[in-house]
Amino acid sequence: MTLSVALRNRFGDFDLDVAFEAGPGVTALFGRSGAGKTTIVNAVAGLLRPDHAQITLDGERFDSLPVHRRRVGYVFQDARLFPHMSVADNLDYASRYGARASDRPRIIEMLGIGTLLDRPPATLSGGEKQRVALGRALLSNPRLLLMDEPLAALDAPRKAEILPYLDRLKAETGLPILYVSHAVDEVARLADHMVLLADGRVARAGPLFDVMADPAAVPLLGVREAGAVLRARVLSHDEDGLSTLQLASGHVQLMGVQAPVGAEVRLRVLAQDVLLSLTEPEGLSAQNILPVIIHTIRAGDGPGAAIALQAGSDRLLARVTARAVQRMGLVEGQSLFAVIKATSVAQSAISGAAT
Amino acid sequence: MMLDAAGWTALRLSLLVGVTATLVALPLAIWIAWLLARRDFWGKGVLNALVHLPLVLPPVVTGYLLLISFGRNGPAGRFLEETFGLVFAFRWTGAALAAGVMGFPLMVRAIRLAIEAVDPKIEDAARTLGAPGWAVFGSITLPLILPGVLAGAVMGFAKAIGEFGATITFVANIPGETQTLPSAIYALLQVPGGEDAAIRLVIWACIIALGAVALSEWLARRVARRIAGA
Repeated sequence: MTLSVALRNRFGDFDLDVAFEAGPGVTALFGRSGAGKTTIVNAVAGLLRPDHAQITLDGERFDSLPVHRRRVGYVFQDARLFPHMSVADNLDYASRYGARASDRPRIIEMLGIGTLLDRPPATLSGGEKQRVALGRALLSNPRLLLMDEPLAALDAPRKAEILPYLDRLKAETGLPILYVSHAVDEVARLADHMVLLADGRVARAGPLFDVMADPAAVPLLGVREAGAVLRARVLSHDEDGLSTLQLASGHVQLMGVQAPVGAEVRLRVLAQDVLLSLTEPEGLSAQNILPVIIHTIRAGDGPGAAIALQAGSDRLLARVTARAVQRMGLVEGQSLFAVIKATSVAQSAISGAAT
Repeated sequence: MMLDAAGWTALRLSLLVGVTATLVALPLAIWIAWLLARRDFWGKGVLNALVHLPLVLPPVVTGYLLLISFGRNGPAGRFLEETFGLVFAFRWTGAALAAGVMGFPLMVRAIRLAIEAVDPKIEDAARTLGAPGWAVFGSITLPLILPGVLAGAVMGFAKAIGEFGATITFVANIPGETQTLPSAIYALLQVPGGEDAAIRLVIWACIIALGAVALSEWLARRVARRIAGA
C-alpha cells in the first residue's frame, strides 16, 4: 500500500504546496507549528478540501471521495471519543461501518483496553482515551492510519505507556501510517520515513535514518534536537549498569538500556553530544570512540557547522563550531575519531524496535 | 378547580393544539436550527430574520399575515385545500398553525444553542469512522443535543398553549373549534359573572405550564446523566 499525496492550498497568508509518498510503516510529518502538518492529514482524511489535491492509494484516486468513504483511521490529538457512549459502544460504532468485528478481540488485547469496555470516556485517563481512540480507528477497518500528534497532550509517563502499543501497532498492522509530530524523540523511535516540512513546503523527505543524519536537516530539527539515529544490537548488560551495544563500526557502552540481550534497538545520538578528534584519544573519560570518515561538512548560519560522518555503514551527525572546523583543518573524506559519552544517549532515545 | 363542559372543551382543545403544533414544528425547528448552526449559505441572515419574525412582530400582525396567506382565499391556503384537503381557516388546525408559528422561534433558538455547544470535531471523528452525514446526525449530534431539543419543545409547547393574539386574529374564537384556553378566558372576562369560570381556567393554565416545565427539567436531567455516562 502506498499513499501518494500532492496538495496545494492557500488559506490567508499561508501557502501550502507539498508532494510526498508514504509506504507501509510509519511516515512522520515533522515540522514546527504552522508548518502545515495538520492541514495535510485533514486533507487526506477529507475533513478539509484543499484548492488542489491529488491523493492516491495504490494508484486509486482518493480525493474526490466523501470523508466517510475514504476509510482512513484518524487518531486525533484530543481523542474525540463519543461522550455519550461507553468505550465498548465507541468501538462498536467503528466496527458498524468497518465490518471488522472479527478483529475486535485481537485489537482490544493489543491495546490493553479490555478492562475499560464498560467505562464512559469521561472517566478515562489521557493515555487510556488515546488507546481507545486508536482501537476505534483500527476497528473501522482503515486502509491507512492518520495520527495527528497523538501523544502531544500526554505527560511523559502516559507517553511511555502508549509508545509500546504504537510499536506493536506498527509491527502487526502493516498499514501506511501518517504520523504528525513536532517531537523528534517520538519520530526517531517510531518512524520509518520522514517528511520534514517548513513553511508549507517539503524541505527534506526520505528514510528516517538518512534524513536524521542529513546535515541540511539540522536547522529544521533544531540544533539541540538534531542527531543521527543508529541501528544497534544489545550484546550484554554489564554489572556496573552499562550495556554494550553492537554498531556497524564497533561497540558502544551506554547507560540505561532496557531491551534484552540480542534485541535490535535504535539509538539516537544527538549531534551536539558527538566530539571529534584527529587522533585516537587516550586518557579520556568517554569510552565510546568510533573511527569515522567525514562525509559532508555544512556550515550553519551561525557559528556552528554540522558534519555528517560515515561510521562503517552507519551515519553519525556531529555539530561543532566553524572555528573548530577551520583550526582542525577538517575536510570531506578525512578519517578521524568520534567520541560519544555513555551518559549522553538518553533512555527515551532508545527504542525497542530497530526496523 | 372543576370546569364546566365549555371549560373542558377549551382545555382539551388547547392541549390538542399545543401537542400538534409542537410535534409538527419540532422536526422542522431541528432542521432549521442545524442549518443556522452548522451551514453557511447565501440568505442565511434572511432565514434567521424570518424565523425570528413572529417573536418581534405584534401577534395580531402575524395572525393577519396567516389569514391572508393560509385563509381560504390565500394562495397557500387554497393550494393546501385543493391538493391535500387541508383547511386552516376557522378550524382547530389553524389554531395549531398559529401556535406553531409563534412557538417556532423559541424552539429554534434553544436547539441552535444546543447544536452550537456540540464540538464539530466529534462529528468529524464519526465521519472518518465511516458514518455518512445523516448517521452522524442521528447517532452523535441528536443524542448530544437532546436536552436542548426537550427545552425547545417545552418552550414551544408553553407558547402554543398560551398563544392568543395570532390565533384569535387568524381563526377567531369559536367554542369547540378554535377557542383555546386564553381565548376562553378572554371570552369569559367579556361577560358579566364570568370571572369564576375564568379563574378556574387560569388555574389550569398555570398547572399545565408548570407541569410542562417540571417534566422537561426531569427529562433533561435524565438525558444529561446518560450523556455524562454516570
